[in-house]
Amino acid sequence: MNGFDLDTIISSIPYLFMQGMAFTLKLTVLSTLGAIILGTLLAMMRLSSNRLVSGVAGGYVNLMRALPLILIIFWFYFLVPYIVGWIAQAGRPIAVGGFTSALITFVLFEAAYFCEIMRAGIQSVPSGQTAAGYALGLNYWQLMRHIVLPQAFRNMTPLLLTQMIVVFQDTSLVYVLSLTDFLGAANNVAQRDGRLVEMFVFVAMVYFVMSYAASRLVKVLERRMAVAQ
Amino acid sequence: MIEFKNVSKWYGQFQVLNDCTTSVSSGEVVVVCGPSGSGKSTLIKTANALEPFQKGEILIDGISVGAPDTNLPKLRSRIGMVFQHFELFPHLSVLRNLTLAQVKVLGRKEGEAKERAKALLERVGLSDHIDKFPGQLSGGQQQRVAIARALAMDPMAMLFDEPTSALDPEMVNEVLDVIVDLAKEGMTMMVVTHEMGFARKVADRVIFMDAGSIVEDCTKAEFFDQADQRSDRAKLFLSKILPH
Repeated sequence: MNGFDLDTIISSIPYLFMQGMAFTLKLTVLSTLGAIILGTLLAMMRLSSNRLVSGVAGGYVNLMRALPLILIIFWFYFLVPYIVGWIAQAGRPIAVGGFTSALITFVLFEAAYFCEIMRAGIQSVPSGQTAAGYALGLNYWQLMRHIVLPQAFRNMTPLLLTQMIVVFQDTSLVYVLSLTDFLGAANNVAQRDGRLVEMFVFVAMVYFVMSYAASRLVKVLERRMAVAQ
Repeated sequence: MIEFKNVSKWYGQFQVLNDCTTSVSSGEVVVVCGPSGSGKSTLIKTANALEPFQKGEILIDGISVGAPDTNLPKLRSRIGMVFQHFELFPHLSVLRNLTLAQVKVLGRKEGEAKERAKALLERVGLSDHIDKFPGQLSGGQQQRVAIARALAMDPMAMLFDEPTSALDPEMVNEVLDVIVDLAKEGMTMMVVTHEMGFARKVADRVIFMDAGSIVEDCTKAEFFDQADQRSDRAKLFLSKILPH
């Protein structure tokens, strides 16, 4: 039990990655996709000329951004079974499983951040484009679908990917729900073998390498896109 | 075909259009001119409801633009509009720029829309550029694509908002030639422009605006050849632009 035990790390790598990292990546990708869709709808609502619609979206975004993520994770974990039970008219809470609960939480929480990115993206499309689309007879949804959102997504791709890296790191918080994400898996091994230092150093290195590499890739992409324009 | 009846518009306290009344008949070419900020662009943009107005009425082929139950997308699809800054969709190819609204708004089949687009690109002399993106074209080429895009909807009238103002001087004529051809074919048009040579060539009527009001609304001959009978404001305008 002395010194830095590399064998613990090496022997647990299949478990850490096949189970832990697979879970983390699945949650990251699904959360990001869901949050971009919801965030885009929220952004369209925020930019609506209808005060009630923009007010509701604005209130939601401000609420989510004012609360700590860990609190919302707890909240939804205990609340979602009741909500689902109520919707299903079951008269009792229905267990939805840790993964589903975590996914719903992340989509709802991160949507607030993606909303702000997409709002900036929609506003980055010149108003003349909107005028041209309307002048051709497109309606609001056609205009958004074919003219505004494609350009907004393209302009905001670097920011969306950067936020996805944040989601990737945030997902480690699901370990409070005893879900076996990458950090959770490492924690299991650390507790079992009493090798806390080794495992947490390794986890930190993996998160750093993956996040840093991803952010460098975003930078490269950003430069390529700047050239293309 | 296009009737403006006592149209007024305010931005807050500032009145941009003041009781504007005029009309454009079928097949007529009306040039709208006047100093910057006189409300010319705003006036033609009210005609397809890109700019709302607070007072008065605009009728397109008998349909009220300002009425709440008017189907605006349908009305707009029947009026072509060409913008100062072209406003082609930069993320779509030239072909897709021309077919998108044909398919989505008019419900044409892709094949039919493509044939129409090809024919119109041929007409504006840009067949070779069909698969390019707007960013790969010169300003004059982009504006010709924009005109083709509007024509692809088979509009009953065309609105031009300073179609040559953003162009390099050497590209102005290639765009004006297209518009002149359209005028000769009998297209109903309202053209906001500073190109007085163009106005002399194709206009049936000239509307002169200043400070949101229509100051002159007369035939081309009356405007250019009987300038001594015009208002002082129009005389001043003409004296500044015509010598060149």
